[in-house]
Amino acid sequence: MTTAVRTGAVGTGHVRVEGRDKVTGAARYAGEIPFAGLAHGWLVLSTVARGRITDIDSEPVLRMPGVLAVLDHRNALPLTTDYVGMLGTAPDPTCAVFQNDRVPHRGWPVALVVAETPEQAREAAEALAVSYTREPHDVGFDADRPDTRPADGHMPAVTDKGDLEAELAAGAVVLEAEYSTPEEHHNPMEPHAATARWEDGRLDVVDSNQGATWVVGELAQLFSLDPASVRVRSEHVGGGFGSKGVRAHQVAAVMAAAVLDRPVRVVLTRRQMFTLAGHRSPTVQRVRLAADADGRLRALDHRSLSRTSTVHEFVEPSAGVARVMYDADAHHTENRVVSLDVPTPTWMRAPGEAPGSFALECALDELAEKAGVDPVLLRLRNEPERGPVSGLPFAGRNLRACFELGARRFDWARRDPRPGRRRDGRWLLGTGTAAASFGAGAAPSTASVTAEADGSFTVRIAAADIGTGARTALTLVAADALDTAPDRVQVRLGDSAFGPAMIAGGSMGTRSWSWAITAAAAALRERLVPGQEIPPDGITVRADTTEAVAALAQKERHSFGAQFAEVAVDVATGEVRVRRMLGVFAAGRIVNPLTARGQFIGGMVWGISMALHEEAVRDPGHGGLVGADLAGYHVAAHADVPRLEAEWIEEPDPDDPAGGIKGIGEIGIVGAAAAIANAVWHATGVRHRALPIRPDRVLAGHDA
Amino acid sequence: MREFGYQRAQDVSDAVALLDADTDARFLAGGTNLVDLMKTGVERPGRLVDIRSLPLDRVESTPDGGLRVGATVTNGDLAAHPEVRRRYPVLAQAVLAGASGQLRTMATLGGNLLQRTRCAYFTDTTLPCNKRRPGSGCPAVRGEHHNHAVLGASDHCVAVHPSDLAVALAALDAVVHYETADGPGDLPLGRFYLPVDDTPHRETALPAGALVTGVTLPPAPVAARSRYRKVRERASYAFAIGSIAAALDVRDGVVRDVRLAYGAVASRPWRARAAERALTGAPADAASFAAAADAELAAARPLPHNGYKVTLMRNLTVAVLTELAEEAAR
Repeated sequence: MTTAVRTGAVGTGHVRVEGRDKVTGAARYAGEIPFAGLAHGWLVLSTVARGRITDIDSEPVLRMPGVLAVLDHRNALPLTTDYVGMLGTAPDPTCAVFQNDRVPHRGWPVALVVAETPEQAREAAEALAVSYTREPHDVGFDADRPDTRPADGHMPAVTDKGDLEAELAAGAVVLEAEYSTPEEHHNPMEPHAATARWEDGRLDVVDSNQGATWVVGELAQLFSLDPASVRVRSEHVGGGFGSKGVRAHQVAAVMAAAVLDRPVRVVLTRRQMFTLAGHRSPTVQRVRLAADADGRLRALDHRSLSRTSTVHEFVEPSAGVARVMYDADAHHTENRVVSLDVPTPTWMRAPGEAPGSFALECALDELAEKAGVDPVLLRLRNEPERGPVSGLPFAGRNLRACFELGARRFDWARRDPRPGRRRDGRWLLGTGTAAASFGAGAAPSTASVTAEADGSFTVRIAAADIGTGARTALTLVAADALDTAPDRVQVRLGDSAFGPAMIAGGSMGTRSWSWAITAAAAALRERLVPGQEIPPDGITVRADTTEAVAALAQKERHSFGAQFAEVAVDVATGEVRVRRMLGVFAAGRIVNPLTARGQFIGGMVWGISMALHEEAVRDPGHGGLVGADLAGYHVAAHADVPRLEAEWIEEPDPDDPAGGIKGIGEIGIVGAAAAIANAVWHATGVRHRALPIRPDRVLAGHDA
Repeated sequence: MREFGYQRAQDVSDAVALLDADTDARFLAGGTNLVDLMKTGVERPGRLVDIRSLPLDRVESTPDGGLRVGATVTNGDLAAHPEVRRRYPVLAQAVLAGASGQLRTMATLGGNLLQRTRCAYFTDTTLPCNKRRPGSGCPAVRGEHHNHAVLGASDHCVAVHPSDLAVALAALDAVVHYETADGPGDLPLGRFYLPVDDTPHRETALPAGALVTGVTLPPAPVAARSRYRKVRERASYAFAIGSIAAALDVRDGVVRDVRLAYGAVASRPWRARAAERALTGAPADAASFAAAADAELAAARPLPHNGYKVTLMRNLTVAVLTELAEEAAR
């Protein structure tokens, strides 16, 4: 950059630029955008957990009012699944709909009924008779299964150094414990919805997704199309959390639009989302720690088992968190999976870190208790200089500052470490803490910036604002990069026509997109001559960060945080209430404090849910979920969310070519459940190693 | 979703006549349960008869000092009514413990009594359920049942009744009034809900096509000191895993009168008469309260995963009665 940039937009709270459109209803979501001649598809899901389809009796359904077509494995378009997608993974066959007669889990898509109205489609879909031969199914998940295997997923399955057994034997304090987390679901407020239409050999999809580039790539591969002939738009997205990539409904809509030669929309119901939108696998995690008398770790062993489907491998890498957080002379981490007759899990907010931090940070709390060391001090004593497994330097690790500020704000120093000492009427009170981290990666993106004739600027990037405030954050970044005011910048996103860009995922969106926008803005400013007349079409400059991202120095790049929680527990009824929480984060440069606070707090609220409420129950008898809706699957209600505070510390990184921005989308949930569980122990003296900490479990812990 | 007709009843006799003429019709009041069930396909009525505008929306004092509450009084209005709050605090508390502000504004007294269980097997039409499809089986007995019944259930159904309000009504000896094409009738709440036995699909003793028109609350001086406590798996907007409606009259440390009803433990609000008998005349102390709970819960038949409810109800009984006794002693 050759000119000094105005600073001021980044770092200053700014309301969402599209906020007014959203609260007035002017912002349209994928399922409500009108199309001429629109037909509506309704997915039919299997009612057996394993078997084969023997017959689908389409004829009576085709005679029902308004019904246009029934698509199933006998008349489906062939799809290609032999490819590796943008995120380096093969497609989950669940989205490659109707390719064969096999049913690998309950809730598998077996047909699509298309009709003139959604009501007609639903009535017909529910009337469609599907016959199966059933095979015995297996959905039983436990740590002692013999058929588990180490699995890489998005990181190596195993890391190992030192002599684990020797260090465990030599420890002055040793802890061994097993933790479990249940199957959890991300259910964004806006259901998955897609409308597909074909025009002049081109495919146009209006969708709700976390990355238009991602979905274009998948649809082009699945239908063997030139990616240039596919356009995916996703202007407003009511939440994603990892669930909104390519899924069965988009593929079914594209297929039906091709077969019927008219636009087709498919929307998932809330119940369908519980099998088709992915979920977080349950985990069983075994942690072994050995430490010197002062709490310095000699051995750290974290092994996690998660579950995947029989058609696709997804690993919930819960053991990965220790590779960043804590060093030890002997250090072993291992992620294993077992394939069962269940839907394929997927990325769900802080995959790996959320359940992994529950186990590891509870184990540290237990170790602190055994060693008689304050839990905050124990963590500070184990701060590594370099990546415990990689040996790489950290690009900013300010966990110590987070704990020190948090401990002051939370009045930690006055805490009596002994459990069960504080009472308020029928409630026992306790406090707990936990550390948090999440990766701060970047991925190649392209962006364009146009200097308009009226002096304003238009930024185009295939980014996704999944409710986080990304559009606003990018407006602020662009304004500073262009040395102009935010209201002179219009950011357009959610359109694959803008060129390839990273998804809103992995807490990498803002960092990756800001980098591309900043580069494009810098290049544009070099092109613009003072006093120059701008042509009516404006002057547009594009940037691509592929080379810059590849050239980024190898470092351990993460956000860090310290979570604190105070809870009240009534051991007579088993009720647990969070009374207050504080999260202090070191997450690079905070672009928009207003929406950043929302993301941190939102993650912490989800941590409350994870600790106390969320649990999808799978019935071994029928192999499906019980109560798969938001009445049966509880998330924290307003009354469960007390005074929450999120703060962050300044963490400038002048050497970072991406402007020192790290991701903040996921770290808020990391460690939150552990802090709450540790507080429950402090209140009651009873450890809860299985989530959620339900009233019946609390009662069982206090049953005389 | 099945297409359905809609008709607004002009008056009570019109409403009753419409349902009498069409067995495929259902009354619609607040719709907070029926509409959900229609969306999921559990209910597929051919016609809805809207009774919302019938003149059944008043709360009136009875000559003997009780209250008569119309069937379409909303939960919100019921809980806010000054006489309800003064004479029957347990009822106002029970109503406020249920649902959310938005739902209470829509939901009505009659609909609340007639709402269906939230058992997840009942609400999923792809699964067997003896209540929804008689004879198809009850997967909850061997499946997920941690919030199912411990009292009065059978092998045919272990679902619990979801109402909070009805638990308070059970403790208050409420009487339900209804109208049929053949004339009016009354049912004390204790006989309003049928035992499960092998007919879980038959939930109330109402004659076919009957319209609940209201509820009478007899005078109950004991209710002046009364309480509803609800335990659930989050702080609000969830059904109970155990609840208690209690009223206690203590003189000189001795229980003179007591009312106890349990929620979320049975297919109906569970009047704890064995506990009441054990307590009447007993010292108002924790030992008596625990013994009374044990007397009631001796009949409990927990399933493998809901035994905690016995502990919970015992603890709740002791806790709430102790609170009331301590208040009385002040």
